[in-house]
Amino acid sequence: MSREILLRAEHLYKTYKTGKKGREVHAVSDVSLEIHKGETLALVGESGCGKSTLGRTLIHMLPATAGSVIYKDMDIAAMSDKQFKPYRSKMQMIFQDPYASLDPRMTVRDIIAEPLETYKLCGSREKTTEAVLRLMEAVGIPGEFLNRYPHQFSGGQRQRIGIARAIALRPELIICDEPVSALDVSVQSQVLNLLKDIQKDYDLTYLFIGHDLSVVNFMADRVCVMFLGCICEVADKDELYAKPLHPYSEFLLDAIPIADPHRRNRKRKVISGEIPSPMDLPKGCCFCTRCPYATEECRSIRPELRDIGGRKVACHHPLEGENR
Amino acid sequence: MSSDILKNDIRPDDELSLQIGERDGIRDKLKRMCRQNPLAAVSAIVILIFILMAIFAPIIAPYGETEPDLLNRLQDPSLTHLLGTDELGRDLFSRMLYGSRLSITIGILPSLISLIIGVIAGLVAGYFGGWIDYVIMRIADVMLSVPSLLLAMVVMYTLGTSTINLFVALTMTGWSSVARVVRSHTLSIKESEYVEAARSIGVSKWKIMFRHIFPNCIPSLIVLFTLNVPSAILSESSLSFLGIGIKVPFASWGLIVNQGRQFLFTQPWLCLAPCVAIMIIVLAFNFLGDGLRDVLDPYMQR
Ligand SMILES: Nc1ncnc2c1ncn2[C@@H]1O[C@H](COP(=O)(O)OP(=O)(O)O)[C@@H](O)[C@H]1O
Ligand SMILES: [Mg+2]
Repeated sequence: MSREILLRAEHLYKTYKTGKKGREVHAVSDVSLEIHKGETLALVGESGCGKSTLGRTLIHMLPATAGSVIYKDMDIAAMSDKQFKPYRSKMQMIFQDPYASLDPRMTVRDIIAEPLETYKLCGSREKTTEAVLRLMEAVGIPGEFLNRYPHQFSGGQRQRIGIARAIALRPELIICDEPVSALDVSVQSQVLNLLKDIQKDYDLTYLFIGHDLSVVNFMADRVCVMFLGCICEVADKDELYAKPLHPYSEFLLDAIPIADPHRRNRKRKVISGEIPSPMDLPKGCCFCTRCPYATEECRSIRPELRDIGGRKVACHHPLEGENR
Repeated sequence: MSSDILKNDIRPDDELSLQIGERDGIRDKLKRMCRQNPLAAVSAIVILIFILMAIFAPIIAPYGETEPDLLNRLQDPSLTHLLGTDELGRDLFSRMLYGSRLSITIGILPSLISLIIGVIAGLVAGYFGGWIDYVIMRIADVMLSVPSLLLAMVVMYTLGTSTINLFVALTMTGWSSVARVVRSHTLSIKESEYVEAARSIGVSKWKIMFRHIFPNCIPSLIVLFTLNVPSAILSESSLSFLGIGIKVPFASWGLIVNQGRQFLFTQPWLCLAPCVAIMIIVLAFNFLGDGLRDVLDPYMQR
């Protein structure tokens, strides 16, 4: 795997202002992250922890509150929509809900042709249709369905259409925002396999957002664990699954149901305590209210993301030796 | 490319047994409407006949619009006067034909203009939000809060009574309800994932408004339009009744109703004939609207 960095976030913040009193939701706070060219970086965490917000902020779909996103030595987070326009096509997105992400009044042809027409990539209408047919073939939708409407397809097929639209512009990075969580289990693996094949064929880099850790295990090269807008741990998938260093990663992995009966009787970590509200983050570590190992230091000082044996962990007391 | 593998990957349950979808042109859509909804097709023909009769009124009409014939006042329907004559001896059938010109134009044109204005105002207000939304919607609120007839009267009094000013008055009252409906659709549709997908591709704001949001408002707009046409026809007759619509010797359906009102019990056709005409065209617009809505709905395809 090349270590060339495609996109880098530095101390990225995203705050939503809600309600009349200007209450602030800290959806993403102080996130620093590197996405390497050609890899699949998975972003995991429970729902509401800011995964989608982070993904969208990284590709300029949402304006960042503070911090920078570096792409090709430029800070795209500081750009206006107009300045960002030339880079727009390099970063695309696949959405969670294949029922909501396709315009119900457009045919498959028009949906997949929209990116091509927006950038006038094909010239004539016939050439565009040819390109659409090639894209449909690449994602496994038979070409004779060209003039069908989205509701005439099953969920898996619609997600394939969404994938065809995302790759039409030959992007470098695709944010996959829980692309299979709305699909039947039987269809999930087909779509995941398609994503993997497409990644090879089109030299793609994925930021794969998910909360299903078995799906993440299948897809990811590296995993980034998030909790309440903060990064807890970033590590190679195998290392993380073998030995989580952050207590929250351990908790997440423990929550995976295990098929192996010999391992069933292991002791599960039981987590108690309140999840803090994203409007009112604790002063110290975000996870301190629920962490079984939390100390006074955890409650008062926010831990920095630091290197431990080649991985990054934001914890004052990472799970090494004595805590295990 | 790995497409062969991918194709084999599709399981039977991921495959729907649907016929091959051909591209559906406007002509196909119209054919489909005739087949599925004959009532709508008949309505379209009825509307067409009404419009043709209005256009060729001077050729078709056996008598003039305004010439009185005091010797033949209040005649019953006969072969010489198909619908009888009014209290000045004018042929009612001819007056109806001439009156349809104004009534149909008044029904369609201001509704169409207020539709266009309302769609643009609603899209802009809903999509951009902020102060633009505030300004547009407050203006619309003012228009809606004043009774439309009163507003039309004010316009006609200040600008003078003429057909153009009647159009202006009816348009001013018509656009705000359209704008409201379009704005509320826009607000919900702009949060949808398919609009977000379009934004992530880099589709421009105006394209998003007109390619994604507007088509999804069409069903409601058809309903609104079919409601606006009759209400405009009826507003015109109310204004004419109050003496600030069309000038007296000329005819409009509303005016004929008003003039025939006093003879409702002795010569009821004087009043009922234009009422029936209004009813037919209003119903025709409603049925046609239903048919169009179905034919434009992708879910109703085949
Ligand atoms: N448009 C918004 N306005 C206000 N708050 C939002 C908005 N979108 C998301 N949030 C809040 O930000 C937090 C993170 O949301 P999100 O990024 O969707 O999480 P995830 O994708 O991990 O489920 C949540 O607390 C959510 O309520
Ligand atoms: Mg999400």
